[in-house]
Amino acid sequence: MLELKNVYVKYGQFTAIQNVNIQVDAGEIVVLLGANGAGKSTTFRAISGLSKPVSGEIQLEDQAIGGKSPDQIVKTGIVQCAEDRKLFTQMTVQENLMMGAYVHRKKKNEMKKRFQEVYDMFPILYEKRKDTAGSLSGGQQQMLAIGRALMSKPKIMLLDEPSIGLAPMIVEQMFETIKQINREGTTILLAEQNANAALSIASKGYVFENGKIVVEGTSEELFSNEEVRRAYIGA
Amino acid sequence: MPTLLSKKYALIAIILVAILIPLLSTNEYYLHILTLSFIWIIAVYGLNLLAGFTGYLSLAHAGFFGIGAYALGLLTVKGGMSFWPAFFLAPVITTVIGFFIGLVALRTKEHFFAIYTLCVGYIIYLVIDKWEGLTGGVRGLIGIPGPTNIGPIELTSANARYYFVLTVLLLVVFLIYRIVNSLVGRSFIAIRNDEQLAQSIGISTLKNKLMSFVLSTFFAGLAGALYASFIRFIGPDISNINITFDLLIFMIVGGIGTLSGPVIGTLLIVVLSQQLQFLQDHRMLIFGPLLTSIIIFSPRGLAGMYLTWYYKRKAKKKAQIQTDNASIGGDS
Repeated sequence: MLELKNVYVKYGQFTAIQNVNIQVDAGEIVVLLGANGAGKSTTFRAISGLSKPVSGEIQLEDQAIGGKSPDQIVKTGIVQCAEDRKLFTQMTVQENLMMGAYVHRKKKNEMKKRFQEVYDMFPILYEKRKDTAGSLSGGQQQMLAIGRALMSKPKIMLLDEPSIGLAPMIVEQMFETIKQINREGTTILLAEQNANAALSIASKGYVFENGKIVVEGTSEELFSNEEVRRAYIGA
Repeated sequence: MPTLLSKKYALIAIILVAILIPLLSTNEYYLHILTLSFIWIIAVYGLNLLAGFTGYLSLAHAGFFGIGAYALGLLTVKGGMSFWPAFFLAPVITTVIGFFIGLVALRTKEHFFAIYTLCVGYIIYLVIDKWEGLTGGVRGLIGIPGPTNIGPIELTSANARYYFVLTVLLLVVFLIYRIVNSLVGRSFIAIRNDEQLAQSIGISTLKNKLMSFVLSTFFAGLAGALYASFIRFIGPDISNINITFDLLIFMIVGGIGTLSGPVIGTLLIVVLSQQLQFLQDHRMLIFGPLLTSIIIFSPRGLAGMYLTWYYKRKAKKKAQIQTDNASIGGDS
């Protein structure tokens, strides 16, 4: 479904990722593991069009999306749920969701349906729909960020460290939610440092180090890989 | 919804006062100043849409104001066009020029955008000032016609022209209100809040920024055309950078990014500077500290100060109700 072939991204002279090859099939959950600055977020930025790759190819359903602008890429069905729960903090919960459905702005019925689905999944967001996004708790903010991404009805969702800075109980809920979104038909590409939880829901994974993929394999393979266990699972 | 109702009543009361002023006062000078303030308010609304709601501070605003004024002046005085077609054409011309300038200017961001538009504004001023063949240069344009009668309604007396400008102002406020509360307006606010985030969730930022820019020049052009028809004489000074900074002060004091800010700020500063005429240029000794303290203590101006107070009070009440409910629950 989504394929990256030999992708290189540079920030000025600095090569942020090199020779990245990733394959995500429809319906999968795929995880990118690695420490801070290993290249996970840059890979996401390249896919969502925020950073232009200097070389390599990015394809969605065999269509090249490499040169498109971020808003065009959202229209093709890829949406990114950015790190740090980035929200429009000055706007209400409802307005944030409305912005997420921007690509469907001309279809009133579709928009209504999206609102219904997101509120069904996150009842707390319905309760707080008139509060400003900045006033929500960390977990609620993450739900809103995911809900907003869902509003565009993506084929594939990029989730950048959804568990960062959340209480362990909330993290568990978060991974349940991700599984649920996946079951309902959205393919998921997940960047995580919490390797244990991420691998338990993913079908395969890629391990980043210094901008390169150093290990790849199915979740079972990565679980039993000595190096991965030592570096990311801590056992 | 008591708050919504009281807001509605307050609005009606303000409009009523505005309607009654010419009937209660016979001071033509004050009426003149008030009419002029309304024209400035329209221009400030344009600036506020772009700088306040979209987050792009344009310093070319007086330039577009000048283009609107000169478009009306040239079409009527040199082109021999009658008033109304010229009046409708002037903002359109400003908008078309604004579109092409916006297309280039919006490739820059933040302070670079401010500096770029500052230069654009100055270039517009220079063109008006130096192109004597077209604009009459420093001598300006004299004999611009005022609004001609609409059917039986005469627009010649000071009162009639006050009402004419007031009507246009009310229309502008209504339009701005509709824009800000539409999905387009929300997208502007989203861009101001976090442009990259807006882009990453599918908002086409360039299109929206351009729309905001063009709308802002439309209101500047409209205000310029009104000014030209009201004062009947225009010179290059009206497109000078000083005017941009006046508009900026009106906006910041009133409340950047608020709906009522432009009205509050403009009226307050205009009235203050009228009252302080005797101080001449020393008035700046009062405006300077006023502006500085507003930026430091209430970045969203007087309207923002009120809104902060209002929401704080609302939150307090909400918390009070919750604790009351909790204690009732505990008793039973």
